[in-house]
Amino acid sequence: MSATPLLELRGIDKSFGPVQVLRDVDFSVNPGEVTALVGDNGAGKSTLVKCVAGIYSADGGEVLFDGRPVHIHNPRDAAALGIEVVYQDLALCDNLDIVQNMFLGREKRSGLVLDEPTMEQMAAETLAGLSVRTVKSLRQHVSSLSGGQRQTVAIAKAVLWNSRIVILDEPTAALGVAQTAQVLELVRRLADNGLAVVLISHNMNDVFAVSDQIAMLYLGQMVAQLRTSDVTHAQVVELITAGRSGGLGLTGETGNGNGNGNGKQDSPPTETTSAGADR
Amino acid sequence: MTTRDREVTEAAVGPESPTGQGKTAEPEVLGLGSLLGRGFGGLPVLVLLVLGLSLATDTFLTGTNLDNLGRQVSIYAIIAIGQLLVILTAGIDLSVGSVVGLSGVIAAKAVFDTAGSGSVLLAVLLALLAGAAIGLVNGVLVAILKMPPFIVTLGTLGMARGLTLLYTDGRTIQPLPRSFTSIAGGEFLGIANLIWLTVLIALLVGFGLRRTVWGRYVYAVGSNPESARLTGVPVRSVLLSVYALAGTLAALGGILLASRLGNGVPTAGTGYELQAIAACVIGGASLFGARGSALGALVGALIVGLLNNGGTLLGIDPFWLQVAIGALILVAVGVDQLQGRRRVRRGA
Ligand SMILES: Nc1ncnc2c1ncn2[C@@H]1O[C@H](COP(=O)(O)OP(=O)(O)OP(=O)(O)O)[C@@H](O)[C@H]1O
Ligand SMILES: [Mg+2]
Repeated sequence: MSATPLLELRGIDKSFGPVQVLRDVDFSVNPGEVTALVGDNGAGKSTLVKCVAGIYSADGGEVLFDGRPVHIHNPRDAAALGIEVVYQDLALCDNLDIVQNMFLGREKRSGLVLDEPTMEQMAAETLAGLSVRTVKSLRQHVSSLSGGQRQTVAIAKAVLWNSRIVILDEPTAALGVAQTAQVLELVRRLADNGLAVVLISHNMNDVFAVSDQIAMLYLGQMVAQLRTSDVTHAQVVELITAGRSGGLGLTGETGNGNGNGNGKQDSPPTETTSAGADR
Repeated sequence: MTTRDREVTEAAVGPESPTGQGKTAEPEVLGLGSLLGRGFGGLPVLVLLVLGLSLATDTFLTGTNLDNLGRQVSIYAIIAIGQLLVILTAGIDLSVGSVVGLSGVIAAKAVFDTAGSGSVLLAVLLALLAGAAIGLVNGVLVAILKMPPFIVTLGTLGMARGLTLLYTDGRTIQPLPRSFTSIAGGEFLGIANLIWLTVLIALLVGFGLRRTVWGRYVYAVGSNPESARLTGVPVRSVLLSVYALAGTLAALGGILLASRLGNGVPTAGTGYELQAIAACVIGGASLFGARGSALGALVGALIVGLLNNGGTLLGIDPFWLQVAIGALILVAVGVDQLQGRRRVRRGA
């Protein structure tokens, strides 16, 4: 793949009060690839994503976009760079229709008035571009959509904006088998279209089905970021749950077994946190 | 990174009908709610009432009665439209009745003290500012300190009423000069100023809600504030604007009431908050937020007004009328609940 990652995080730290949730996290994302971000509940995946999205500001570390250092202070900064996030459960407003949701926060106007025809057409084009054909009417409230359709709309919303990175926080968590397959197919298509895609998931089958790389968080530390073809199912599970697996993962630390991400009295992290064959 | 174009060419196949083949989409069910007309803001109920009253009485369809009804309803409707904005954000404003009282006496006292020689406009602006200020206090406490709207506005309800009584020593301010009473008393093209003003406000707010970004944000905040915030909607500003507008419109109602009655009564507007909420709910607004319209609030206020007016014309005991209006509110909220439950089921 290409030489410089589109997005690269270096040494990201983030604490909420006394609780350190992210510690010296490195992470990189390439265009045209699906990078899976995995880890146990509370490992810090959503927090990491929110740091990238400008919802939280990291306490320390660097963010490189296209190789240049950038500062993302709020969601608008992230959007300006082309970073779009589909949040866990919070992607859409139920009482708004599909078009209203897709343009929420970035409405098209002509003068003072909302430009509904333009928005409707752009929404239609985007959905068609993603080969989405399952919604009946663009003026349907999203509360009347199925879980899979909702995710599809949320993803289409993220793609609408010439985005370059789309981050999906557990997009298939509430979906059945068929709808999961649909959404995963869409995820793969985004990457094949040249976008950089980050997929957060707890489902290893999904991860192995669509990802090119897997990044593993364990109690707020990046255990390893490896090519999917270089690891096995079992290794990933072990890295997520214990922080290490054979020669991979954290060195010199035995997991404290506290799955709560409570990093306060963790043993001092070693320099070599993200050992392994990343990139 | 070179293949970033989103297959727009493919999309060009049919921007008008890319979603035409609705295989998995659910059919739109005609719900109990739309049958009862709440989808149209209670319009059918209104039509039925008007028809019924026209047939049942000779006095209903007379110019004087309609003019009288219009003036009565106007003040309620203006306050209800302000209340609606707050309800759309899933909030509630209990302070509007007290704001009616406070703004009424502020305007009344200003014109009374200058005995009509001073500027009526200034008195009106002063009263409007007071209403906006109380609305802003509500907004700051709700939007920034994240306090529950019910409690916040219950507090300002008490404070505003107390201030009103302190300011007037509990006494009515009268008489008020003609220059002030003519605001509500006057008419234009044979129709009362009050009615024109109400229609204008309903149209303006309706336009704002349906056609502007601000309106879209009001519904978004009421639908899911956290999603809206993550999408970049300025949730705080939206909430502030909504409470400030509710306060301002309540103040306008208070000024008009004082102008209509020709005096500034410190207890004026007591209970109006409940009338306003009732009008919104009967007009199809959901207390869960994000559903309702300015037209609906107007229609709701008309329905409540018609019930009162018609009851009087038909000689129905006003106590029974209260029971009827209360029951109507329960029916409206009940339908809302049922719809809410169905929404949750479908959304899951
Ligand atoms: N706003 C916050 N304030 C305090 N602590 C927080 C906050 N947000 C997250 N945390 C804590 O940070 C840790 C990581 O949370 P995060 O939501 O990032 O986990 P996650 O990996 O996304 O988990 P899940 O798989 O359950 O979604 C948790 O221990 C959580 O309690
Ligand atoms: Mg999470």
